[in-house]
Amino acid sequence: MNTFHLILIFLAAFLAVFFQAVVDTPRAFVGAQVDLLPSLMVYVSLSCGLTVVAAAAAAGGLLHDSLSANSLGTSILPLFLVGFVIQRYRGLILRDQTYAQFILGLAASAAAPVLAWIILVNVDTNPLVGWQSAWQWFVMTLLGGVAAPLWFRLFGWALGALTYPPLSETGFRHEREIKRGRKPIR
Amino acid sequence: MLRRSHYITLGVMILLTLLVLNLPDRVLSHFKVAVSGLFMPLFGLAGSAQDLAQKAGQAVLPRSQLLQQLEHQRRQNQELQLRLIALEDAERENLRLRKALNWPKPAGWKLKLARIIARDPANWWRTLSIDAGSRDGVRADSPVLAGDGSLVGRVSEVTFTQARVVLLGDPDCRVAVLVQETRDNGIIAPSSSSPLDHSIVDLLYLSRNSPLRPGLKVVTSGTGGVFPREILVGQIVDWRTVGYGLYNEARVSLAARMNLLEEVWVKLP
Repeated sequence: MNTFHLILIFLAAFLAVFFQAVVDTPRAFVGAQVDLLPSLMVYVSLSCGLTVVAAAAAAGGLLHDSLSANSLGTSILPLFLVGFVIQRYRGLILRDQTYAQFILGLAASAAAPVLAWIILVNVDTNPLVGWQSAWQWFVMTLLGGVAAPLWFRLFGWALGALTYPPLSETGFRHEREIKRGRKPIR
Repeated sequence: MLRRSHYITLGVMILLTLLVLNLPDRVLSHFKVAVSGLFMPLFGLAGSAQDLAQKAGQAVLPRSQLLQQLEHQRRQNQELQLRLIALEDAERENLRLRKALNWPKPAGWKLKLARIIARDPANWWRTLSIDAGSRDGVRADSPVLAGDGSLVGRVSEVTFTQARVVLLGDPDCRVAVLVQETRDNGIIAPSSSSPLDHSIVDLLYLSRNSPLRPGLKVVTSGTGGVFPREILVGQIVDWRTVGYGLYNEARVSLAARMNLLEEVWVKLP
C-alpha cells in the first residue's frame, strides 16, 4: 500500500461516479443504472486497511450523492458497511480468485442499494420504488458482480504499469548459505 | 472478534453519516454544490468532446445532403414567416382589445437553451443536470421545456454554472394541469402502477363526472404560479374511478421523451 495506490483508489471512485452520471447506456438498454462503487469497495477492502476503506466510502458516498437527488451522506454508511464486513473476513477470502471477486461484487452490489434505501426512507424522502425496482436491483447486482473482477484487473494493471515491481529475493538466507570448496586458511 | 480500532472506525463513520444527514438545509446545499463542483472540469471536457465529435460528424456530411437540408430549412423558414405575419396581426389585435378592456399586457417568454450534462446516478430519482446556472439567469422553480415545447420539469437547485432539473414523474415535481378539451383540473404525480416508467405519470383528482377518453391532451393550468398556462404535458392513455367513486384518475403518456433529451429550454423569470 503506497500513496500512489491511495490516489488511484480515489481517482477510480471519482471517475466511477462521473461515468454513472454521464453514460446513460445501461439505463437505456436494461432499465437500470449500474452502481460501480460497491464493487470498488470490494477491491479496497481486500487490498487496504480499514482507514482507507472508511476514507474511500466517505469520498465515494459524498461524490455520488452530490450528483444525485439523494440527501448528502446517504451513500456513505452503506458503502462503508459493505467494505467493513469484507475487511473483517478478508483472511478467509481467496481474494485472487475471479469467482470469489464476482460473488463478493454480487453481494456488495445487492446490499448497498438496500441499505441506502433504508436510510432514505428514514430521512423523510420518497424514492421512486416499485415492482420494477426488483429488476433494477437484479441488474445492479449482476453488473456489480461483473465489475468487481474488472476492478482487480484494472488496479493490477495500473499498479504494474505505473509503480516499481517488488524486488525479487531468494528464499535462502545468505548467512545460511553452504559454501563449497576449502575453508579459507586464517 | 472485532478489535478496538474497528469499533472506533465504525463509530466514526456512523457519526459522520448522522452529522452530514442532519446538517441544516442551507449548509447541506452549499456543501453539495462544493462537492459537485469537483466534477466541473470533467463536465467541461465531456462537453468539448461532444462538440468536437459533432463538428467532425458535420464535416463528413455529403454536400448533397447539406444542400437538401438547407432547402428544407429555407422552405420551413418561409412558412414560419407567413405564420409570423398572421400571428403579429393577431397579437396587435389582442393588445388593442386588452387596452380597450384595461387588461394587463402578458409578459413575453425569455428562454435559455441548455445542454444536459448528467443524469441522476441513482435509480430512484428522476433528475438531470444542465449546463446553465444562475449566471445565465436560471432560478429555482424555472419551468423546463423540451424542444417541441412540451413540459419536462422544473429547476430544483441552481449553482453558478449548473442547475438540477426535477423531471415530471419525480415525487418532487407535482404539476397542476387541466384536460385541454374538457377543462377538468387535476394534478400530475408519479405513476402508482409503474413509477419507474419514464413515459407514464398519473393525473389525480379529476372530477368523477369528467368525460374522459384516450388521446385527450393534458396541459398546465397555470395555477400554483410555477408553470405558465397551456404548456403541453401529454395525452391521456386510460382512466379509472377511485376513492369509492369520488373522483377519477388517469394515466398520462408524457409528450417529452425524457430518455432521449439532449438539450432543454429553461424559461427565465
